[in-house]
Amino acid sequence: MGKEYETVIGLEVHVELATKTKIFCGCTTAFGGATNAHTCPVCTGMPGSLPVLNQQVVEYAMAVGLALDCEITRDFKFDRKNYFYPDNPQNYQISQLYFPICRNGKIEIEAEDGQKKQIGIHEIHMEEDAGKLVHDEREDCSIIDFNRSGVPLIEIVSEPDMRTSEEVIAYLDKLRLIIQYLGASDCKLQEGSMRADVNLSVRRAGEKEYGTRTEMKNLNSFKAIARAIEHEANRQMDLLASGEAVIQETRRWDDARGCSYAMRSKEDAKDYRYFPDPDLVPVHISDAWIAEVKARQPEFRTEKIMRYQEEFGLPYYDAEILTGSKKLADFFESAVTVSQKPKKVSNWLMGETMRLLREQNMEADEIRFSPKHLAELIHLTDAGVINSTVAKEVFEEMFRNDVDPKQYVEEKGLMTVNDESALRGVVSQVIKENPKSVEDYRGGKEKAIGFLVGQTMKAMKGKANPESVHQMLKEFLAQ
Amino acid sequence: MSLTGFTALELGKKIKVREVSVKETAAAFLAAIRNRDQTTNSFITVDEEQVLKRAELVQTQIDNGSLCGPLAGVPMAVKDNICTKGIKTTCGSKMLDQFLPTYTAEAVRNLECAGAVLLGKTNMDEFAMGSTTEASYYGAARNPWNERHVTGGSSGGSCAAVAAEECPFSLGSDTGGSIRQPSSFCGVTGIKPTYGTVSRYGLIAYGSSLDQIGPIAKNVSDCAAVLEVISSWDQKDSTSIQRRDLDFTSALLDDVAGMKIGIPRDYFDDGLDAEVRAAVLEAADILKERGAQVEWFDLGLVKYAVPAYYVIACAEASSNLARFDGVKYGYRTGEYEGLHHMYKKSRSEGFGLEVKRRIMLGSFVLSSGYYDAYYLKALKTRTLLKQEFDKAFAIYDVILGPTAPSTAPALGSSLEDPMKMYLGDIYTVSVNLAGLPGISVPCGTDSKGLPIGMQLIGDCFQEKKIIRAAYAFEQSGTYRRSPLACGAIE
Repeated sequence: MGKEYETVIGLEVHVELATKTKIFCGCTTAFGGATNAHTCPVCTGMPGSLPVLNQQVVEYAMAVGLALDCEITRDFKFDRKNYFYPDNPQNYQISQLYFPICRNGKIEIEAEDGQKKQIGIHEIHMEEDAGKLVHDEREDCSIIDFNRSGVPLIEIVSEPDMRTSEEVIAYLDKLRLIIQYLGASDCKLQEGSMRADVNLSVRRAGEKEYGTRTEMKNLNSFKAIARAIEHEANRQMDLLASGEAVIQETRRWDDARGCSYAMRSKEDAKDYRYFPDPDLVPVHISDAWIAEVKARQPEFRTEKIMRYQEEFGLPYYDAEILTGSKKLADFFESAVTVSQKPKKVSNWLMGETMRLLREQNMEADEIRFSPKHLAELIHLTDAGVINSTVAKEVFEEMFRNDVDPKQYVEEKGLMTVNDESALRGVVSQVIKENPKSVEDYRGGKEKAIGFLVGQTMKAMKGKANPESVHQMLKEFLAQ
Repeated sequence: MSLTGFTALELGKKIKVREVSVKETAAAFLAAIRNRDQTTNSFITVDEEQVLKRAELVQTQIDNGSLCGPLAGVPMAVKDNICTKGIKTTCGSKMLDQFLPTYTAEAVRNLECAGAVLLGKTNMDEFAMGSTTEASYYGAARNPWNERHVTGGSSGGSCAAVAAEECPFSLGSDTGGSIRQPSSFCGVTGIKPTYGTVSRYGLIAYGSSLDQIGPIAKNVSDCAAVLEVISSWDQKDSTSIQRRDLDFTSALLDDVAGMKIGIPRDYFDDGLDAEVRAAVLEAADILKERGAQVEWFDLGLVKYAVPAYYVIACAEASSNLARFDGVKYGYRTGEYEGLHHMYKKSRSEGFGLEVKRRIMLGSFVLSSGYYDAYYLKALKTRTLLKQEFDKAFAIYDVILGPTAPSTAPALGSSLEDPMKMYLGDIYTVSVNLAGLPGISVPCGTDSKGLPIGMQLIGDCFQEKKIIRAAYAFEQSGTYRRSPLACGAIE
C-alpha cells in the first residue's frame, strides 16, 4: 500500500535561545530558581508594563537565518497573537505573523543513500515562551510559574519538502547542529529547548495537490518523531484507502502508548486576531548590522571536517564523528591545543569516551572531564609513566570524576615500576612457579610466554611496562 | 486668598522662600478635598496620613537643599489609570477595585523626583473609555461649574479637581481627547503631548498607539512646567522618543507676532454649538490683534477621524484589556465551574457596559475576515489623516479650533446615545491618530455659565508653538475665571 501513497512532511521547530535575559525584559532565563523568582511586571503581565526588545534575540535569529540561507526582513515587526490561557499573563503572545525576521531559506540534508536534498525554510520568527502551570493535586489548585514566561524562542518553519522520517531526522539533526555551532541554543529535545511539531499529509503517488494535513505535537525525542511519523502516515493511508477523509486537526502523540489522539480540529481552531503590537516599534536591520553578524558566524561542521583532515591529518571518519557535536569539537580542539597530539586525542574521544558515554546513556555535551586532563593522560602514557592498561583505568576515573590524572596516578601509586632489580626478582619467581609453561615455551610453543607475562604483571599489580616484562622473560628463558 | 487659589508655580515659590511649609500647603488642599469632593467626586483614593508624611519628607529635602525645583513641595493629583506603587490604582473599574501596583509609573516618578506631593488618585471613565466620567465604577464626577453637568472625560476627575481647587495641578491621560475635552468642560488648561514625549510605562493601556500622559493645571505656565518635568526618554517604553527640546517653559513668551495660525473650515460646520463657535472665533481675533496671521483653510478627511479612531482604539483595547481575567490580580467572580466559566463571569461582572462594548467592537474588527475591511482600512485612514496635517503644517505653525462641539452636557444625557457621544470627539481624536501635540485653553463661558475651550494643535514636537500661542492668548484675556470666584462651588 505504501507505494501507492506519498507522505508529505513539513516541520515547525521551536528553539529556545541561549540569551542571558528574557526577550522583552531584563529577567534572567536561568533554569531552576524558586517559583516566580525570575519575574518582573513585564513578564507577569502587570497593568501598565511595556515590552522592550532584547537585541541579542534579534542577533541570534539573524545568525540562524543567515546560516540557513534566508532573506533577512529589513524592517521587521512584532504582532500580538490573542488567546486566553493562564500560562500567558497578558492573554496574548508577542510573536511575528506579518513581517517575520527571516524568510525563504534552505538547508541541505544527506539521505541514507548519500543523496543530497534541499529542504526549504519558509520563515523564521521570534516570539516569547509562556509560563508553566503546576497542578497541586493535594490542594486541588493550580499554580502559575512565570519563570519561563518571556524566554525567547525562534520558530523555524520548513516547506513541506520532506517525504520520510529519515529525512525529517536528518533535517532536525542538521538544524540542531547549526544552531548549536552558532551558540544560539543547546537544542535539547528532552528538556524542551528544541521542540518539533510535525505537519503531515499523504497523497496518491504522482498527484500535484497536497492532501489534508494534521499537526502532531508533544514529540520529545528523535525516536518519538520517527514513530509518530510512521504511525500518522499509516493512519492517514488507511483512512484514504477505506474511502474516508483525513480531518485537518491537531493531534497529540502519546509515546508510551505509541499512538496519537485529536486535540482540536479546524472547526474549533481559534481566531487569534493577530495585529501589530503597538507597544513595539518596527526594527530596521542595516547592511552593516548584517555584515557584523555574518562576520561573527563560527566555522560550521563542513568547514571543520575539512580543516581537521588538512590541519590535523585525521581521517574523514574521525573528523565527521568529532564534529558531530559542537561541544565535542570544541573539546577536541582544546585538548589538541594543550597536547599537540591530534590523533591520540581523537582516539581517546572516539574510543573510550564514546564507549563510556554509550554505557551511561550520556550525550557528548555532558562530558565532565577537562581537555587539559585528557592531554595530561596522553602525556603520562607517552612518557611511559603509566602503561595503557593503567591509562584506561585512570581514564574511567577521570571520565566519572574529572580527577587530575597525574595526581591520581601518584596517590594510587600506579606508576609503571622501572626498577629492574625488583622486576628481575619477580620474573625469576614466576619462572620458578610455572615450570609447565616454561617447558612449553622452550619446547617451541612461543605463545606460552603470554601466560608468563600475565602472571608477572599480576604480581606487579599491573604497574610494570608489559613490553619490558616480555623482554626480560625472553632473556631469562633463553638462559 | 486661600492657599488653594494659587497656581502650582506660585505655590512652589512660596514654599521655596519659606512663606509656607509643604505640610501646610498639602493640608490646605486636603481640607479642600474634604469640603468639595462630595460635590465633585473628583477623587477615588486619598490617604491623608500618607500625604502628610510625604510632605514632611519633602520639606526636609527642601531644607537640606537636595530639592530645589519649581515644583518642589507642590501637591498634585494623578489619574487613577497611572500606576502608583502601593497606592490603589483602579482605572475607575470594579475589575481593579483593590489593585495595588508593584511599581510607580515613570511620569509620576519624575514628578516625585522633582518633589511633588501626591494628594490622591482621580476619578475617570472606566479604563479611560468615555467622554463624561459617568462610566466610573465610583460614580460620576460632577462639574464644579454646575454640579448637574458632567466634567467631560475620561480625565474628568483630574480636571474637576484642578477647577475646584482640590489640587493645583494633575496628570491625565489622553487617547482621543481625554485631557483636552474635560479641560474644556471644566475651564482648565490641559496638554496632550506629542506621542512618545512622556513615558507610557505604568500607564494602564487603553489604546497603546494613541495614549499619552499630560498635565492639567490652572494656566499655561503650570502646564508647561509640569510637562517639562514629566517628559523623559524612558528605555522601559519602546515608543519613548529621545528629545532635546524639552525646555517647554522657555516658550512662555507673550509674543505671537508673525505666527501663522490656520483655522480648519471643517471644524466650524453645523455640528458646532453657536456659542462655542463665537467664543473660539473671538479668541482667534485676539491672537490676530496681537500680531498672528490667522486664516481659514480646508483640512481634509475630518469626518473619517472618528470612525478610524474608534476602530483602532477599540482593537488595541480588546487586546490590552485581555489581561484582566481574574487569574493574577483584580476581580474574580465568587462561584464558577472551570477555567472558561471563571474567565467569562469575572470579565462580565468586572467590566462596565462601555468597556464591554469597546472590547466587543475591537474583537470584531480584528477577527479574521473583517481585519482588512475595518482595522487595516482604519490604519490607512490614519496615514492619510497624518498627511493632511503634514500639508497644513507646511503652511501653519498652529491649527486653531474648538476643543469640543459643545459645553459640558447635563449628567445622564450622554450615555443613552453612544454614537452621539463618540461624535463629540471629532476635534480631538485626529490629534491622537496623527501623534500631534494639542492644548485646550479656556476662552469663555456660555450662557449657562459653562466654560468653553479653544484647542491649539501643533506639528509633532512643536509643543513650544502651541504653548506660546496659548500663553499669549491667556495674557490677553480675562477669560480664566474660577468656579469658586463666581460662586458655582464653595
